[in-house]
Amino acid sequence: MNAKKSDKLATGMIYGLVGIVVSILVALLGYILYNGVPDINWHFLTSEAQSFSAGGGVRDQLFNSLYLLVLALIISFPIALGAGIYLSEYAKDNWVTDIIRTSIEVLSSLPSVVVGLFGYLLLVIQLNMGFSILAGAIALTFFNLPLLTRNIEESLRSVPDLQREAGTSLGLSGWKTITKIILPMALPGILTGLILCSGRIFGEAAALIYTAGQSAPSVDYGNWNLFTETSFLNPMRPAETLAVHIWKVNTESVTPDSSAISSASSAVLIIVILIFNLGARYLGNKLFKKMTASK
Amino acid sequence: MKTYDFNQQYISKIEQEVALSTENVQVHYGKSHAIFDASLDFPRFQITSLIGASGSGKSTYLRCLNRMNDRIAQVDGKILYRNTDINSKTINVYEVRRHIGMVFQRPNPFAKSIRENILFALKNNGINDKKELQERLETSLRDAALWDEVKDDLDKSALALSGGQQQRLCIARSIAMHPDILLLDEPASALDPISTSKIEETLKLLSKSYTIIIVTHNMQQASRISDYTAFFHMGHIIEYNQTKNIFTAPEIKATEDYISGDFG
Repeated sequence: MNAKKSDKLATGMIYGLVGIVVSILVALLGYILYNGVPDINWHFLTSEAQSFSAGGGVRDQLFNSLYLLVLALIISFPIALGAGIYLSEYAKDNWVTDIIRTSIEVLSSLPSVVVGLFGYLLLVIQLNMGFSILAGAIALTFFNLPLLTRNIEESLRSVPDLQREAGTSLGLSGWKTITKIILPMALPGILTGLILCSGRIFGEAAALIYTAGQSAPSVDYGNWNLFTETSFLNPMRPAETLAVHIWKVNTESVTPDSSAISSASSAVLIIVILIFNLGARYLGNKLFKKMTASK
Repeated sequence: MKTYDFNQQYISKIEQEVALSTENVQVHYGKSHAIFDASLDFPRFQITSLIGASGSGKSTYLRCLNRMNDRIAQVDGKILYRNTDINSKTINVYEVRRHIGMVFQRPNPFAKSIRENILFALKNNGINDKKELQERLETSLRDAALWDEVKDDLDKSALALSGGQQQRLCIARSIAMHPDILLLDEPASALDPISTSKIEETLKLLSKSYTIIIVTHNMQQASRISDYTAFFHMGHIIEYNQTKNIFTAPEIKATEDYISGDFG
């Protein structure tokens, strides 16, 4: 076979493989959206879930998912940022760093159900938090930290060393160089990673079933005092998220329209995650452009 | 490869005022010995070139002079600046680098506006007076021969400039700190001939008020712009003299071979 032919063959195969990936994705997305979107309406998005009768919505679940996401990010982002800066800027190449890296890798490959059960034992039982948003947020932090740390580390690493040398040669301290020169340059990458992690958190169910619970008590969206029991912001209340709701509706629901609810919920979930992803790309690009000329 | 006797050295004494000098500087990267007993005096307000083949240690030596090798290599020996050994452990390295600036081989402007590139380090060193900042911005850009090209675009990103302009911006950024000494590590090797000649002109002008030490691969460049030249070979300084002597009547065979291209 000559070079031209084998090149054509290889190219064709690569196209074929990409085609398989894309068609699986399109089929899945299409199926979920096709089945779910017709059932999404304003009433569905703004009313409470029903246990026995038809016509329930996902208002609380949708809010819980978003609230849990915000809490989980508030807890995990600062930790991941610190760890990422340490790994990329300060860590020496020795066995301690190797152990840290390996631990992070192991942590990131933990099955989420294991994280959930661990959170259940430690947070819900041992620390007496009960099924609560806080317990869920902490469990999601375990789940989220490795990826976020890795992402921040990679983003910082991708900033050329020349920039660090430029900072040092001007008499700036290491810390100033990192926070004022390196971090801003890494920001688009960090932001993209953060939003992609958000998508993962948003769709997570297994880690939450045992921590944030499977019930969505009705809450008062007018009560802003997060220390009262009925407040929608109360972090100590149990909170069923959208992903958990889908799981539950599919396994044990007795409502007559359960299949429609599960399809519509899935579609809502997918749409929100799509918005996150597209938003990540848009924001990342925009920030990068703003920083690197071309405006 | 020809072998030369490293004990054959010719280091000329500097008669005029000395801005910086090194005594028996040794550099080790882990176990490998990169610089052997480097002792040189750099004359004030003159350009000194460091020439030599790749891996001869000239860049490593240059980076010792403002402590850029900290955390990378082990540097022993004395580096004397204003009667102080700036290679000592107790010295404030940030202060050293404010007096001895550096420009690198590849242009490395910050991903900030042209204005911020110049002013960022100044502000961080506690200069907040608006007039003073504006003044330094303009003079440093003028001194680096960049002002006329960028004066209307000061708030545009520095990354939009051409390579040659970026390098002159980096020079401006260094001299805005008002250093005494400017170290340049092959500042023109990534640039085209036109940009190179602009940089050379700039350096010539700057040498009226700065002591300049430049590493270069380009021997024409060394002979064009520098007053003194040091020839490095495998971590040893073989010859150090006025540039015209080095290029017309070298004292050591290795230098002669290197300059005539009959080397290695």
